[in-house]
Amino acid sequence: MNNLTITQAHKGFLEKKFSALELTKLFLNKIKKQDRKISAFITVTDDLALSQAKEVDKLISEGKKIPILAGVPVAVKDNILVEGIKATCSSKILGKYAAPYNATCIKKLKELGAVILGKTNLDEFAMGSSTEHSAFSPTKNPHDLTRVPGGSSGGSAAAVAADLCCYALGSDTGGSIRQPASFCGVVGLKPTYGAVSRYGLIAFASSLDQIGPITKTAEDAQIVFNAISGKDPKDSTSVESKISNFKFQISNLKIGIPKEYFIKGMDPEVEKIVKQAIEKIEKMGAKIEEISLPHTEYALPIYYIIMPSEASANLARYDGIKYGLSKSNKDLLSVYLKSRADGFGDEVKRRIMLGTYALSAGYYDAYYLKAQKVRTLIRHDFDKAFNKVDAIFTPTSPFTAFKLGEKIKDPLSMYLSDIFTASVNLVGLPAVSVPIGFKGKPASQQGGLPVGLQIIGKPFEENKILEISKIYAP
Amino acid sequence: MISKQDVQHIAKLARLGLKETEIKKFQKDLSSILDYFNSLKKVDVSNVEPTFHPVEHYFKQRLDVMRQDRAESQPEQVVDKLIAAAPDKKERHIKVKAVFK
Repeated sequence: MNNLTITQAHKGFLEKKFSALELTKLFLNKIKKQDRKISAFITVTDDLALSQAKEVDKLISEGKKIPILAGVPVAVKDNILVEGIKATCSSKILGKYAAPYNATCIKKLKELGAVILGKTNLDEFAMGSSTEHSAFSPTKNPHDLTRVPGGSSGGSAAAVAADLCCYALGSDTGGSIRQPASFCGVVGLKPTYGAVSRYGLIAFASSLDQIGPITKTAEDAQIVFNAISGKDPKDSTSVESKISNFKFQISNLKIGIPKEYFIKGMDPEVEKIVKQAIEKIEKMGAKIEEISLPHTEYALPIYYIIMPSEASANLARYDGIKYGLSKSNKDLLSVYLKSRADGFGDEVKRRIMLGTYALSAGYYDAYYLKAQKVRTLIRHDFDKAFNKVDAIFTPTSPFTAFKLGEKIKDPLSMYLSDIFTASVNLVGLPAVSVPIGFKGKPASQQGGLPVGLQIIGKPFEENKILEISKIYAP
Repeated sequence: MISKQDVQHIAKLARLGLKETEIKKFQKDLSSILDYFNSLKKVDVSNVEPTFHPVEHYFKQRLDVMRQDRAESQPEQVVDKLIAAAPDKKERHIKVKAVFK
């Protein structure tokens, strides 16, 4: 029962090799024993998981046909609401907050019989690239406990990599699924903006946020994506994807390699492993074409204008009155000031300040509006590229997992972690990070660090980029 | 470097209480991040329309269609939970400090 994928777990249930309850107990025990070292979980939901597993076993014993996700244990990032369970967002301001309802993706998973093991750690309000900005404790990378798992979905990626669950849900605003998936050697999909409902995802930057799966294989990512996607009346920006035919021949594929993504200062070993992955698909018959996305260098600066602007507006809801931490004081203004001062951590305050600045009178045109115009130019770059190619390959990150503490003191160096991932959120495209090799030692030995390949697709072609991903992580 | 007064003004707009040490730190942090945005000055965006949202473009239409402006009642148990989450309440009302003096 080691390192089971979703398909293997499902097969195990059907062949009666193990029950959903046995599998759930196995994971709960593993979490108890091993998560002290990793800190992937904030909350473990034993009772919920055991009762869900029993229900699935009942269906199996009655000879009913079960969905593929039924009985399969999942970990959920702690910014996604599961009714009755704490949803802290790794923030003191929501430290005691319990979700009053289910997020739409959770409702869908529950209806399919999923077993929810617990809620996973993240950078506070998903703001960060290392999970060190969690108000509770940093998560460690299972491949090397002195290193970060990436972020902000670091807890979810580490939980999958350490086999503390079969798969996990994360959220991605500027790379928060793909970068930790890359650092932890697992598959992470950021769907097209609108493909998955954001209802019940604690809002961060609403024109960029998407929920997506973190899995052991590309096939599993397809299963989860297809289960959670679709139009939801509760999220007016969600849409029904109309693309169903994603079959293709590798020899007909044209892969674009943007020259702007192979930059000075990137780890040469990462570059080498990414180039080997490109050669692999080329040998299988795909055509490789060098392309240019000329405005790439501006993606990160405009991301760090647009994202904090949206965040500063979204986080205005934490006022010490409706829910969350409240520091009672003499008047209304001081309730606001004190609750937010005590409830938010450093990075969250920094981004609220930055966003408020960019939106304030006198700076709006120079920062916010200018950024939204440059965003259009980045969109045009991708439109032109996708007229010529079917998918774009880039490294997910210019480097492998860094040491705990290495970047935490210097916000700008931490922000550079998103350099290859933020563009995709700005224009809404789907992208996946797939593990393609290890830096240092091979996978079979301890001490190697995973390297990820990012595959970017056209809108709503998640299934196509995941189909391509199967070449690397079947 | 942005001034102490600027930081205090922004903090007030953002309703964030800041300690003296935080004000100093944010002067430094925000200045270096704002310097990083300087590269944008060389991009020519004359005649370029802004993209406020990624989706509009793909569908050539606005998708944030408004529902009818009509109250939709929620299940009682959800309402109870929402009220229970408020830090200060009386029966089914959430208490707020006086707005007017």
